Amino acid sequence: MRRLIVIVPLVLFVALGLFLWNGIGKNTESIPSPLINKPVPAFSLSDLLDEQQTITAADLKGRPALLNVWATWCPTCKEEHAQLNRMVQNEGITIYGVNYKDDREKAKIWLDNYRNPYALNIYDPDGKLGLNLGVYGAPETFLLDAQGIIRYKHIGAIDERVWSDLRERMKQLEVN
Amino acid sequence: MIRHVLWVILLSVSTLASAAIDTYEFKDNATRERFQSLAAELRCPKCQNQNIADSNSPIAEDLRNELHRMLEEGADDQQVIDFMVGRYGEFVLYRPRVTEQTYLLWYGPAGLLLIGVVVVLLVSGKRKKAEPGKPKANLSDVEKQKLDQLLKQEQTK
Repeated sequence: MRRLIVIVPLVLFVALGLFLWNGIGKNTESIPSPLINKPVPAFSLSDLLDEQQTITAADLKGRPALLNVWATWCPTCKEEHAQLNRMVQNEGITIYGVNYKDDREKAKIWLDNYRNPYALNIYDPDGKLGLNLGVYGAPETFLLDAQGIIRYKHIGAIDERVWSDLRERMKQLEVN
Repeated sequence: MIRHVLWVILLSVSTLASAAIDTYEFKDNATRERFQSLAAELRCPKCQNQNIADSNSPIAEDLRNELHRMLEEGADDQQVIDFMVGRYGEFVLYRPRVTEQTYLLWYGPAGLLLIGVVVVLLVSGKRKKAEPGKPKANLSDVEKQKLDQLLKQEQTK
């Protein structure tokens, strides 16, 4: 009995150590989204490229897709843009773009200059859709299933490594 | 003269240190106070060690605007909290809600204190048991003789 009591502090110490060790290297920048497994919030916004066109959440249904939140004022968005183009060109996936708190003309020029990977361009100048999506820093990318339900969220740029993870998740959605 | 110039520089620099200041109009003082207390309790998702009242980041500004709009439209505190948590998660609350996930957080310290108290009681209980009567020395006869000799030597010195 006495022996056991002596061991208790050691056990507690090891438990605390494991708990803290587990936290090392975790990315505290990205916070888990409460929108996972929920539908894309309802919106009705104009098309970035054509002011007359209105896009709603229903337009995002049909097949698994990525919903990418970007802006011309966001340097990291520029970083990932070539990757998005490659993904669309080489693997034929669907990416919808949300132009977040940006200027329509600047955004158009950007898409002209760096090519347009987006199947739809949602123009969200006030960041209302962004707010409802819980966006706090572009770029952010949501993975949608065919019913327009958010299944995963990635915060930060998409590079080859992130894409290989997203690709797996996307394939699984297509199978289901 | 130089002192005056220095004072002017000091005063103009010191305003830079103030927190984010917006000009919001409130319908009454109670709403203003609720705005301030809620803004102080909501955490900025981007700059994680600041609340949305302190932060200058664009997202904190958006959230302040949203908070202001909701309060002016007559939302109660719970509605505001639900709105924020529904978008940014439990993370935005500086005072987390009591749920299964946060039991450890809320009751952990009390639990540790309790463990400490129990340990102290156990240890002091043992001490008390050992005290009654004089400590018994387990000395053999030979050892007792030795001890007596030593004590005698001490006395004769």
